[in-house]
Amino acid sequence: MTVESIVDSEAAGPLLAVDELFVEFRTRDGVAKVLNGVSYRVEAGETLAVLGESGSGKSVTAQTIMGILDTPPGVITGGEVRYHGENLLAASAKRRREVRGSGIAMIFQDALSALNPVFTVGFQIEEQLRVRRGMSRRDARKRAVELLDQVRIPNARDRVRQYPHEFSGGMRQRAMIAMSLALDPELLIADEPTTALDVTVQAQIMDLLREIQLDRHMGLILITHDLGVVAEVADRIAVMYAGRIVEQSDAVSLYRQPGHPYTQALLDSLPRLDLKGARLNTIKGLPPSLIDIPAGCPFHPRCPRVRDVCRTDVPPAHRPAAGRLSACHFAEELISGE
Amino acid sequence: MGRYVLRRLLQLVPVFVGTTFLIYWLVWSLPGDRFAGKCGEKPCDPTYIAKMTEKFNLDDPLVLQYLKYLGKLLTGDFGENSSEVAIGSLINEAYPNTLRLALVALLIEAVIGLAAGILSGLRGRGFVDSLTLVSTLFLISLPVFVTGFALQILLGYELQWITPTVTDSPAPWGQLIAPGFVLGSLSMAYVARLTRTSIAENRRADYVRTAIAKGQPPRRVVGVHLLRNSAIPVVTYLGTDLGALMGGAIVTEGIFDIKGIGFLVYDGILGKDGATVTGVVSLLVVVYLLANLLVDLLYAVLDPRIRYD
Repeated sequence: MTVESIVDSEAAGPLLAVDELFVEFRTRDGVAKVLNGVSYRVEAGETLAVLGESGSGKSVTAQTIMGILDTPPGVITGGEVRYHGENLLAASAKRRREVRGSGIAMIFQDALSALNPVFTVGFQIEEQLRVRRGMSRRDARKRAVELLDQVRIPNARDRVRQYPHEFSGGMRQRAMIAMSLALDPELLIADEPTTALDVTVQAQIMDLLREIQLDRHMGLILITHDLGVVAEVADRIAVMYAGRIVEQSDAVSLYRQPGHPYTQALLDSLPRLDLKGARLNTIKGLPPSLIDIPAGCPFHPRCPRVRDVCRTDVPPAHRPAAGRLSACHFAEELISGE
Repeated sequence: MGRYVLRRLLQLVPVFVGTTFLIYWLVWSLPGDRFAGKCGEKPCDPTYIAKMTEKFNLDDPLVLQYLKYLGKLLTGDFGENSSEVAIGSLINEAYPNTLRLALVALLIEAVIGLAAGILSGLRGRGFVDSLTLVSTLFLISLPVFVTGFALQILLGYELQWITPTVTDSPAPWGQLIAPGFVLGSLSMAYVARLTRTSIAENRRADYVRTAIAKGQPPRRVVGVHLLRNSAIPVVTYLGTDLGALMGGAIVTEGIFDIKGIGFLVYDGILGKDGATVTGVVSLLVVVYLLANLLVDLLYAVLDPRIRYD
């Protein structure tokens, strides 16, 4: 399937489609517009990386997909989340629960706090198999050991009886992945899975995710703020800023020629081997307050290419090249290398 | 774990000796003539005084008296009181009543306290939460003798739902419900508040979110994942409280005329009966220390992150 047909196809009914999602957080200080029309889709066997700073809305989108958004303060004010064409936001609580874990599974940033401290790792994996699949205690234990083996936890047979605090950071994330795979989900959402880990362990976990995803022909949404993590594993990248997707593209083209000044700025702020000793570039200014998002293009106060139109008009979605989307008035200029 | 238990048991020895000596010393050095009033209106006759002095080694220095007493105590002999009744048999008669009362109180505070705490913790701000907070504050502010007499008058004399005092020994379970409520009311309020805070804190914990994201049924998310973690401080509190409840409730037993340990101690103090008081309180020290040890061990079972060794 070509990139173009993924972005443009309507009829095929993708594995997951997020469509014009709007979410607000109603707080004492005012209404924070956390998501302002987020759309993306993921096909089976595809890895979509969702990139953005803290507060850009990447995790909230994932939580809305999973149905684990805290409401209140969160309110979904518009949009759809379609899983095989079925709008989950309109589905019954029972149906949503069915989809969780078996259709769409999720792993979190901090595996230590995401795992229950008072139950063994085995119990937490087996619980899925026993409660959701009605497996016997013995079969579930056998399967749990297999799963731990698959995520390459050594001595799985003994490890299955241990508690999360007896695992190292990397092992905990592996256990978390094993748990998420228990019901063979079609889509895995990984919310900053490597942020809390050492660099060497990060690479191992990314390799593991990549391998599992290929093996199972599973869809993968990889949420991260780390461009370095994304480069090797992502098929496509969606860049988020202030609750919007500002650029969507296949990974290779995005790195070669970013179609939005924000993406450009992110790439410029990466450390580079050929500029050893030089100061790292940073993006000037702060992310906007979601209670008071700037008029026009939300990135305009920090944008080096800002012009008058940016201060007044919200940029529509441009298609500067086949299979690419950019929410910049000057997307075409950027891509053609002005 | 085994070594920890052994160490804890060994620690009990000095604590036991220290506390019992303190009690012995306090009780036997009470000022005043300890034979005053023992023999009715007239002074006791010298043969009785000589016998008692002999029996309690009153001519020895206090430390020696204590050591002789301790020696007998360690063989399980509590001695006799000033009316020459074996204290061991008094305790045997009284303890079942106290134990029953303590269990009823514990059951009431655990069931009602936990239920109120879970409900208000889960719901958050709202009617149930306010009701729990106000009613528990009310119970905490009331002294036990007020709750006790109020319930006795209301339920016992006005409505006549209960017998105002417990009539038999061992006390029938049914008659212990109202006294148990009185005795447990304060702890019930604490349990409710402790549970409420614990649930409210853990409700938004990451592992609860994980359990929801796994698609586990809500009953399991709350009943297994949330409750198991929130129960840790509550169970610890209940365990310590059981130790305290088994120490007898002087006020509650007094109001409802329950012939329990509290009653025995109270009688002993009034009658300046040193042997009874020392014996019973020494026993309570052991019960309390063992209950605390059990709680500490239970804590490690409930929370696998805690290790002794």
